[in-house]
Amino acid sequence: MRELTLPELGEGIEVVDVTSVLVSVGDTIRRDQPVIEVETEKAGLEVPSTFDGTVTELLVKVGDKLEVGRPILRAEDTGASAGATDEPRPEPASLPASPKAPTPDEPAPSPVGVASLPIAFPAVPDKPRIGPTAPASPSARALARQLGVDILQVKGTRLGGRISREDVKAHTKAIITASPTGAPAAEPSRVPHPALPNFTAWGPVRRESLSGLRKAAARNLSNAWTTIPHVTQFDHSDITDLEAMRKRQNKRIEKENKLTMTGIVIKIVASALKQFPKFNASLDLEQEAVVYKEYFHIGFAADTRRGLVVPVVRDVDRKGLLSVCSELNKLAARARSRKVTPDEMRGASFTVTNLGGLGTTYFSPIVNWPEVAILGLGRAKLEPVYEEGTFQPRLVLPLSLSYDHRWIDGADAARFLRWLAETLEQPLMLAMDDIER
Amino acid sequence: MSAKNQQAQLVVIGAGPGGYAAAFLAADLGMDVALIDPEPNPGGVCLFRGCIPSKALLHVAKLLSETRQAAEWGIDFAEPRIDLDRLRAWKNEVVEGLTRGTGQLAKQRKVRYLQARASLVGPNDLSFEAVDGRSGTMSFGHAIVATGSSPTRLPGFPESPRILDSTGGLELETVPKRLLVVGGGYIGLELGSVYAALGSRVTVVEMTSGLLPGVDRDLVRPLASKLENDLNEVLLGTKVVHVDPRANCVRVTLEGEAVEEPQRIFDRVLVAVGRRPNSADLGLENTAVLIDDHGFIKVDGQLRTAEPSIFSIGDVVGQPMLAHKASHEGRTAVEAIAGHKVVFEPAAIPAVVFTDPEIAWCGLTEDEAKQQGRKVTVARFPWAASGRARTLGRADGLTKLLIDPETERILGVGITGPGAGELIAEGVLAVEMAALATDLKLSIHPHPTLSETMMEAAEVFFGQATHIHRPKR
Repeated sequence: MRELTLPELGEGIEVVDVTSVLVSVGDTIRRDQPVIEVETEKAGLEVPSTFDGTVTELLVKVGDKLEVGRPILRAEDTGASAGATDEPRPEPASLPASPKAPTPDEPAPSPVGVASLPIAFPAVPDKPRIGPTAPASPSARALARQLGVDILQVKGTRLGGRISREDVKAHTKAIITASPTGAPAAEPSRVPHPALPNFTAWGPVRRESLSGLRKAAARNLSNAWTTIPHVTQFDHSDITDLEAMRKRQNKRIEKENKLTMTGIVIKIVASALKQFPKFNASLDLEQEAVVYKEYFHIGFAADTRRGLVVPVVRDVDRKGLLSVCSELNKLAARARSRKVTPDEMRGASFTVTNLGGLGTTYFSPIVNWPEVAILGLGRAKLEPVYEEGTFQPRLVLPLSLSYDHRWIDGADAARFLRWLAETLEQPLMLAMDDIER
Repeated sequence: MSAKNQQAQLVVIGAGPGGYAAAFLAADLGMDVALIDPEPNPGGVCLFRGCIPSKALLHVAKLLSETRQAAEWGIDFAEPRIDLDRLRAWKNEVVEGLTRGTGQLAKQRKVRYLQARASLVGPNDLSFEAVDGRSGTMSFGHAIVATGSSPTRLPGFPESPRILDSTGGLELETVPKRLLVVGGGYIGLELGSVYAALGSRVTVVEMTSGLLPGVDRDLVRPLASKLENDLNEVLLGTKVVHVDPRANCVRVTLEGEAVEEPQRIFDRVLVAVGRRPNSADLGLENTAVLIDDHGFIKVDGQLRTAEPSIFSIGDVVGQPMLAHKASHEGRTAVEAIAGHKVVFEPAAIPAVVFTDPEIAWCGLTEDEAKQQGRKVTVARFPWAASGRARTLGRADGLTKLLIDPETERILGVGITGPGAGELIAEGVLAVEMAALATDLKLSIHPHPTLSETMMEAAEVFFGQATHIHRPKR
């Protein structure tokens, strides 16, 4: 009998929503086969099995909140790798099956049967500790063992730091109810929402709970919108030559490495950020400081069936255009199949959002806090451009730059956007960084 | 001749206070239990030739000593006539009564008691030879090895009916005129006191520089000065270099700075130089069980040996070799086998020397604190300031608390005086409950009793003891 538990999904992720269960009792599962789909605050993910077996018991259902380390299912082991289980041993211990046979169900020191507890917390190590005893009564120490809590981690509130049974209970409760993101203080102060009218008075309606992803997005966006004084500036860039070159190059590049306009823009944005470090920073108003980042990780907004996710291409400045595009394509595909991990969506220093594929032009994106600026791309369109006495058909890319006005002035933004537009028009400019522009 | 192979969920090898406590709890938890020991009933060294018979005799010794002291209070008894046969019979009645009781308790719990010697043949099998000559085998799910310890024998001490170990000493065959006790530990001093009270001229030799090595000196001092009166002599820093048993005496050569006459003649020699674990001849080599350099079986905090099906408890797993430690370990092992979440992690294991005065301590000692470099404040309350001690004519006692100066937590307790063994239980509770000096100070103790000395020692810590004026520095 083996038990599959929810593995670590990324730093800070402790609870996920179960969005679908992909196997049933009696199914044969293979190692690496996805068994459930879950949603974190940042992305949807598939959780694969870590062993071969036949499902005997499903311990989760759609809609459950699942903590890291909690069991998902139990399965009869069919693989050769029969190992110790977390099952509490039968009580009392059973007789050996045959007098001469060594007992197979060797009493693993009942790793404090965490599996039988209603909630997850750090398991006490298998081998009991023999060391200093905590300043607590034997009954308080026993309670901690029952609850699977390391009493040395419990803070004693009584005189002289003595740990009472109540302290053990409070500590356990704190573990259970700890905010899954671990940062309740970071929550924006919520303005109470006004009551909704009764919509059914005007016609039939349908009600659905918000997904974890949507709730997180709503929280993050209202946080950014209410705390950052936004300004959006618009510009455009003639990418006729760039597009011609992109098409030409793509003829001899394998599909998965194809150059995309988003990839090219990301690469050039990294250069712009080097030129304008102010845009690659974060404001720390608490400490009245600014944090300049010396890395160039660029997030790109990806549209998926579940909603918006923002995977991050790392160290764009140190990668060639081809690898940036290849990485971007892979991340986008993983995002669409909900395989992108939470860690792959952290750490961006600037974000690019491209709505061009959907035919839009200009829009005002919301800054992806704690970044200070975001670049929106619209659909490039052929426009008549007056050049050398005649109108020429030119391909023009709409650019929208939103920024945190507390930190970035309008002139800074104008210079940044212009630099970007000119470089897109004449990429050769990138090689001319010793020329004053 | 070999009976059918027997089976048991749990077999306990050794029926001392650790083994039978384990077997009884296992039966109470619903296990099918076998208990194997060569004695006719459960009890082990403790009941048959240790704690119980020695305490019966020490009670008599104390009674004799009090009748002599009564002369000071105007009550004069004639010199007592000692009927040694009757005394021995009474001691044996106590032992038999108690061990019959443990046998009865085993029956009531349906614990299968085999009067036999067991030897392991594998991680789940043993063979046994019963005292009545039958032999057999048994398969078990788990075993608890609780085979205890035996008196250490000294090289150069020949076999002789005149040379006794603690077991022989408790037989009380005669009251020798001249008795040499080799070893100034608790066993030597307890038995030496008994024989001295019964009329022997007792000489104690101790190799180290003090009686009761390892016990804090301030606790030993009142005992040492009383023994100077009660015993013929106490020779410290002294070795026995030669022993020559003759037909009607034992010639002994002593060596040490305090020894003026190295050549001595005694009627009996009692050797009490410690105990060693009984880990040999158990078939442990047929299992994965590991033994350390001193012969102790290695176990983890749940008393599990390196062989996962085999647990071990009591004297055979290490110091302190005390019955109450063994029974607590036995119960922990059984609960671990039953899958309960238990660990053996006492903060205080009390130790008692049943001499007169008694010495008892628990938790941290001053010696240990010094070794660990741990800062402690020691609060002492001398019994000279206790009303109750005065009414007993015993102002020689001492109660002390070792207190963490930062948290004011009670880390250890030491007591010397009549009844110290009973009084220490409160100290155990205080240390185990992580009590603060304030807790003891604020708990009302009955007057007039010796237990008040615990409360007043806590008051001493705060410089506010009612019966001592010793302001806090």
